This record gives sequence, C-alpha cells and structure tokens, in this order.
Amino acid sequence: MDHTKEVKCVVWDLDNTLWNGTLLEADTVTLKPGIKEIIIELDRRGILHSVASKNNYDDALKKLKDFELDQYFLYPEIHWNSKSSAIGNIQKNLNIGFDTILFVDDQPFERDEVATVFPDVETVDANFYADLPYQKRLQPKFSTEDSLRRRMMYLEDMTRTRDEAAYTGPKDEFLASLNMVFTITEAREEDLQRAEELTVRTNQLNATGRTYSYDELMAYTHSADHRLYVCELSDRYGSYGKIGLALVELTTDAWHLKMLLMSCRVLSRSAGSILMTYIMQQARHEGKRLLADFRPTDRNKMMYVTYRFANFRELSNDGDGNIVFENDLTQLQQFPPYITLHYPEMLYRNDR
Amino acid sequence: MDHKAKIRAFIDSNLVAFDDDAEFSDSDNIFQMGYVNSLFAMKLLNYVEKEFGFKVENDEMDIRNFNSVNNIVQLIDRKLAAVK
Repeated sequence: MDHTKEVKCVVWDLDNTLWNGTLLEADTVTLKPGIKEIIIELDRRGILHSVASKNNYDDALKKLKDFELDQYFLYPEIHWNSKSSAIGNIQKNLNIGFDTILFVDDQPFERDEVATVFPDVETVDANFYADLPYQKRLQPKFSTEDSLRRRMMYLEDMTRTRDEAAYTGPKDEFLASLNMVFTITEAREEDLQRAEELTVRTNQLNATGRTYSYDELMAYTHSADHRLYVCELSDRYGSYGKIGLALVELTTDAWHLKMLLMSCRVLSRSAGSILMTYIMQQARHEGKRLLADFRPTDRNKMMYVTYRFANFRELSNDGDGNIVFENDLTQLQQFPPYITLHYPEMLYRNDR
Repeated sequence: MDHKAKIRAFIDSNLVAFDDDAEFSDSDNIFQMGYVNSLFAMKLLNYVEKEFGFKVENDEMDIRNFNSVNNIVQLIDRKLAAVK
C-alpha cells in the first residue's frame, strides 16, 4: 500500500505514545519531550488530531486537559474497543478518506490490527514521533486562511451537529434558524491558493477529480473565455470558509462546466446544488446551451447522481471515463428559501 | 407496506419541503415540493436499490423516473418485472 496523499488527521494513542507511562497504573505520566510542540505545529499547518486509546474516557480526558492539549483532539475515541473501530468512527465523524489518516501507536499489535482492517491508513511507531513534522505527507502544500482555521471550523461543526440532533421541530425550520449566507463570487487572486487546495482535497462532490495548479487557475481568471467561481458558506456558528469551486468555459453557443466541486463539510446544506442551479440560471439567461464534463472516480458517484437529478443527460461517453453532460435548462429548481444568496448579477434571481 | 407507501414515507421523512405542512399527491413533482440536493438524491437512490434489491443503471437515473411517487413506483415495478 503506498501512502502518498497529504495527511488530514493524525490519530494518537496515549499510553507510551503521547506520554510516558500507563495512566491506569501510575498517576504520574509525563508528556514525551517536544510532543506538545509537534501537535501545535501540525495543527497550525491545518492537520487535525484525534485520539484512539484504550483507557477510561474521563481519566484520559482529564489528563489531556491538565496538559492543555484537549482542545486539539477532535472526536477522541477513548474506550476499550478495537483501535480499528476507533479509527472507523473518527473517519466517519470527520468524513475524510482513510488514505488521509495516520495512526501513531507504540504497540505493534495495535498498528497491525489497524493496518489489517484499513490498509489505507498509514501506521507509525510511536518511537519515531519526532520525525513526523519532517514527513512529506505532513507538510501540506498550502497554508491558507481555511487551513489555519480548520480545527475551529470542525469544532463549530460539532456544535452545529449537536444542536441539529437536539432540534425536534421541522427540518426546514432548523435550517432557517441557521441564518445561512451563501456567497458566489468570481475568483480573485487571493482565492487561488485555496482554490488549488480544494481541487486537491475534495473527492466526493468533485465532477472530474482533476487537480489544477495555482498558475492554471490564475490563467483562467485572466481569460475572457472562462469564469472561475468560488463559494463561501457561513451561518450563525461561523464560516465554513471557501467550500466550492466551478470553472466555466464560455464558447459562442455554450456554457461548458469544466470543473465543479464542493467540500463534503457542506453536503447537508445543499451547497453543491445551489451552485449548480446558479450556473444553470446564468446559462439560460444568456441563451446558451449548458454542457458539463464528468469523469467517474472511485469516490464521486454522488456527483454523478447530483448531475443526473439536476436533469443533466449524457451527451457523449467515450467509455474511457470521459462523459459530457448536457442540460436542456427546462427544469430549474428554485433556490431553497432558508439560505440567503449573494452572487454577481443579482437581477436574474429566480426568473422562472 | 406496499411500494407506494414505502416511497411516500421515505420522501416524507427525507425531503426538506418548502412548506412542511403541505400535502403531496402521488403525481406531484417532488422537485418542486422541496429542495432536491446531492444528499437527498444519493439517499433516495440507495434506498430504492437496497429496499427493492436491484441496481439503478446510469441510463435509468433520469429525473423523469424519480420526480414523483408514481414515477418511482413505476420504475420499481418495471425493474422487478424484468428480474422475474
């Protein structure tokens, strides 16, 4: 198994990994030298941390608090079940790929157990923790506003999810109470680093899986034949950051979507469909056909379904993974009433 | 529950309707009743495939097969008849 993708989350064992000693046996455990600095440094790089430890939850969490490290660990899994089940839960909660998780543990048995169940997860012997900041997979190419805020955004999201689960009224009422604002803008230079990062990090709602370099994206923003849109979503809990991207090629008779992607963090908020609807409206307003490129990957079936349910049909399919959709623009959904939209050319809103 | 009741129940509990109190008929266009997003589309597809035990092929993933209770039930009946 080759582990090459950038790491999104490091999952730490505690006893004899994060600290020296076993919490159940001795009350005086001490942090491994320099490990706190490593955790803070990786956090600064936009890499998340979590815990998979066999311990009593309350004791372990109290100890992490004593070390002032508790706020760095998202969805900690501290219980007596297998480490693979812990990693499975973390993966689900963060909604990231197994191939972006790195697991650090001092015990070969635990590393093997995880590696057997999830071969995509890279396992690291705790003895080598000090090397982690120098590993290529832990040196993200990008340092953007979004990566700096990543942990905070996940924390805000945990509050959202908790409140949503506790809300007993109708779902549309809950969504309305969020005061969501969805902003579509044409990309500016300061958006391009994040735009490049999105093409690298987004897998599920990604129409082509193709990555774009900063320079390519820059060229599109200067091209009269292209429009590059970025989206941001915020609500009363905070901002999700820049979460979506679309690249449209303007030809004489068509709008051609070359790329469309949306972060999975905003899946339940309809962000992908709203961006798609906006582009459909714009194309129709300008009297153009609407085409869209699609390439199936092992992760993006949801994007295929999204296109099809938005009334896109396969215009051509070369059988080699290159699909071109066309939308006849006869069926446009109205925008959901619980989201406030800001976008260029406001005039043409809901012109159906 | 018959097929129709199952599909109605699924839509009722999963579609975020524009007007939650509105009644909908089996021929109403669900794409006009609520906002059909990626998550709903994927859930509906998975539900139909799991509950009735067949795979919806790409060329069947047409909006016309999924835009009302009646049309979804017709697709299910057609698929199940083809298996027999």
